Parts: sequence; C-alpha cells; structure tokens
Amino acid sequence: MNAPAAQSVSPAPQQGGRPSPPALRFDNVTLGYDRHPAVHHLHLDIAPGSLTAIVGPNGAGKSTLLKAAAGLIRPLDGVIQRGVPARRIAYLPQAAALDNSFPLTVYDLVAMGLWERCGLFGRIGQRHAPRIAEALRAVGLTGLERRPIGALSGGQLQRALFARLLLQDAALILLDEPFNALDAATVADLTALIHRWRDEGRTVLAALHDLELVRASFPQTLLLARELIACGPTDVVLTDANLARARRMSEAPDPHAAPCVRAA
Amino acid sequence: MHAIYAWLIGPFVEFDFLRRALVGALALSLSGAPVGVFLMLRRMSLTGDAMAHAILPGAAIGYLLYGLSLPAMTFGGLAAGFVVALLAGAVARLTQLREDASMAAFYLLSLALGVTIVSLRGSNVDLLHVLFGSVLALDDATLILLGAVAVITLFSLAALWRPLVVECVDPGFLRSVSRAGAPTHLIFLVLLVLNLVAGFHALGTLLAVGVIVLPAVSARFWARQVTGMAGVAIIVAALSGWLGLALSYHHGLPAGPAIILVAGGIYVLSLLLGRVGGLVWRALPGRHLEA
Repeated sequence: MNAPAAQSVSPAPQQGGRPSPPALRFDNVTLGYDRHPAVHHLHLDIAPGSLTAIVGPNGAGKSTLLKAAAGLIRPLDGVIQRGVPARRIAYLPQAAALDNSFPLTVYDLVAMGLWERCGLFGRIGQRHAPRIAEALRAVGLTGLERRPIGALSGGQLQRALFARLLLQDAALILLDEPFNALDAATVADLTALIHRWRDEGRTVLAALHDLELVRASFPQTLLLARELIACGPTDVVLTDANLARARRMSEAPDPHAAPCVRAA
Repeated sequence: MHAIYAWLIGPFVEFDFLRRALVGALALSLSGAPVGVFLMLRRMSLTGDAMAHAILPGAAIGYLLYGLSLPAMTFGGLAAGFVVALLAGAVARLTQLREDASMAAFYLLSLALGVTIVSLRGSNVDLLHVLFGSVLALDDATLILLGAVAVITLFSLAALWRPLVVECVDPGFLRSVSRAGAPTHLIFLVLLVLNLVAGFHALGTLLAVGVIVLPAVSARFWARQVTGMAGVAIIVAALSGWLGLALSYHHGLPAGPAIILVAGGIYVLSLLLGRVGGLVWRALPGRHLEA
C-alpha cells in the first residue's frame, strides 16, 4: 500500500476563504511500544469543530492514538501538530484508573475540572460553586454532591467524569471508550452532552465500539486497524468492505519484525 | 476530679522534663499525623517503616564522628533517608524491580549497616538511645528542631494538598493537566524523611513511624474525608503522647513505647468502634434505608 496523502476529516466544506488550520495533524506518525508499531504511518487531519468516532477492532491502536494526541506518549516517528495549546486538551482514559476507595466526594471530583482555571494553588470556593452545580445538573447528578466516589455506580461515576470534562472547558476533547458497560439511558444522556460540545465549536474525538451508535450520532468516522483504513463521513467509511479489511488485520506484533523501510 | 488531675495533669505541672516531652510529642503529632494520612491513602504505610530504618546508618555515622550531637545525627539521618528514597526510586524506574522490593532491599542493608556502625564505637546504651529515642531527655535544640519540622510540614502540606489528593485519586488526570506529579511525590518523600528524623530524636528509629502511621489508620475509622481524617489523626496522636507520658510516669514504663502502645490501643478501639466501618457497626447494621 502506498503512503496515502493526508486525509481530512472536516465538519463542512469551507466556504470561500482560507481553510482553518486543523485541530490535530498527524504527519506520517508511527506510534507504538518497544519499537513495535501500534499505529503505522498515519497521515491525518482533524478539522476544528468536528465530531469524530474512532472505530476499529481490539488492538487497532485507538487508545494509543488518543494517548499520543493527548501528548502522553511520544511518536516513534513522525510529527503530531496540535492546533490548540496543550492546556486546552482534555483526555478521558478508558475506565479511568481511579482509586475509588479514596475518601473524596463527587463534588470534589468534579471540582478537579477547574484545575486549568485555579491551578495548583488557586482557591476553589463559593465563587465556583454555581459552575460546579451547573455541571452536576447537566450530567444529572444533582443531589449526589456529598456522596463518596466509592459509593457511585459505574454509570454515575462516568457521569461525574463527564461533569469534570465540562468544567475543563477544553477545545479538544479526547474520549477513550467512554460508553463501556453503560446502560442505554446513560449513553443517551452523555451523547447529548457530546453533541452540545460539538455545537459549542469544540473538537471531539471518541474511540467507540458500538457501530449503531456511531452511525446514529457521529458524523465523521476514522476506521483504524494499525493502519488507517478509511476516514471521512460515517456512512462512507463504515462499509462492509472496509470493516472486513479492518478485521483481517493481525493483532499480535511479529517478534521478528524487521525495521520498517517504508518511505516516510 | 482530684484523681483525674493527679493522674493526667499533675505530673506535667510538677516536672519540667515531662512538660518538654509533652511539647515534643505535640509538635510531632501536628506534623507526623497528616503525613501519615497521606502515606496510608497512597498505600505507602510500609514504605514509612522502611524509610525509618533507612535513616539509621546516617544518624549512626553522625554519632560515630561527633557523639550524641543533634546536628550531626540530624543531617546524617536526612542524608541517608534521601539517598535511600532516591536510590529505591531510581532502581524501580531503571530495572524490573518494583519500588517496594527495592526499598526493602535498601532498608535492610541500611539497618544492618547502622547497627554495625553504632556498635563499633558505642555501648548498648547508645544503641538503645538510637533505636528507641529519649523522649524524656529533650533539650532546647531538639524541641526547636521538632517545632521547625512541624511548621515546615504543615505549610508544605497546605501548599501541596491539591496535587497530593489528585495524584492519589486519579494520577492519569494529574498527568494530563499538570506536571506537578513527580515533584509532589518527591517533596512528600522529603516531608516523610523530615518527620522520621524529628521523630527519631524522641522515639528512636524503630518507633518514630508509629506516631505517623497508627493515628492515620485509626482516623480512617472516624472520618469520611481527607481533611477530617487529618484532623482526627492529629487528635489521636496528641492524645497518645499525653496519655502515654502519663502512663509511663505512673507505672514506670519506658516513655517511647508507652506512647506507641497508647496509639496502638486507640487503633484497636477505632477498628472495633469506629463510626466509619468499625467492626461492631458492621456486625450490627441498622435496618436499611428507604433510598
């Protein structure tokens, strides 16, 4: 396969003037661990204000891609350009590694989202109470402010983490399988929030497994199987042919793989 | 009434050395107990124990060179504590050994080295002093040291409270919003070593960690939030110091172990009766609520 030219995910055709710079640009990016690539030679632009689902089989590199976009791992090769400053990127990891035995209330967990505004030492006080209450209301957790986080159900915890994302007020939001093990009502509520972010002009990238949900709620899709299979409008990307190609991708890294010689 | 006064307050009014011991114990409670709360929440309680042994050779070298000198033993202890903490961290990062395993290796080495060094020159009395401290013989300089450590610890904890809490709950989140994680961990280890060295003068290397860890694990049974836990831990530590000293005075017990024994007693009581998850309340749960 030839290295494809940069493919672009854009919310709407640009009218007339200059196209705005991408929120994220992957320029021949290879990501991986111990030199074994998890994502291979990726060329990709994510347009500002787009709402994109990342789809692919297990081991396709979805989480790796999001971590790299968040700046948590370095590319083995290539360059990632971010159109937004690092402090305006919010990243919600898959099943957040949260110590829920820690004696913390829901209110305090959500208030962490004010970090960018209050920093290490700034006071979080009455001044911020209305914003925190509004975020809790938006995710439907009003009344549970004083609950310890250990007493929340899986769905309630994920709602609280979305409330924290709301307060982070990020321009680029990266969600790694945010709907795992949640019931339909929770998924519907949180999807509505994601749409609200899109309407506010934020760029959202979410790794997802549920293709029905992607077809119904995500206008753009990026199909990944360690290589970029396709990206663009969801109905164009999620064809049987593309999905079959993604499934054929082998999962295990070859322990004897030779150094990659593909042209950069 | 008179009996209570005679038992709990009288000795401290009468004897200067007991008052000094009490002031030292209170200063240790103020700083050590909140550090212990974070040790517990970070699942590092046993690390505290290991670090307590690790400071021994440094203090022993100070002792070997300058005798029972406060500054020499303090600086020696601080240096040894930092070296072991940094080495254990570095080994954990560079090899496949986990931090707890490499910490265990270094502290055992440290402890053996320390006891050897003390024995080279001193008598068994000196060894006992280093291992178990001398809370009944605190001079001005030692009290100032304990007070200074308490002030430094409280101000540092106040400043670092947020990153400490966030790093315990959700380290991934802290990494994504700030680079404060690694420095916070390091400063916390420094505070731990400071408190161990301060506690070492009063209670010795073996028991210093007792006033740090026991009040914290007791507090877990009384408070639901971190702030409350730190408050309860301070009260438990202060009570242990006071009751322990009184007990040691009236019954001729060694003072340091008496303080730790009282703290241990409070822990057992908390474990049984604590309002937050104590065993008795678990055995007799009330009827469940409607919602």
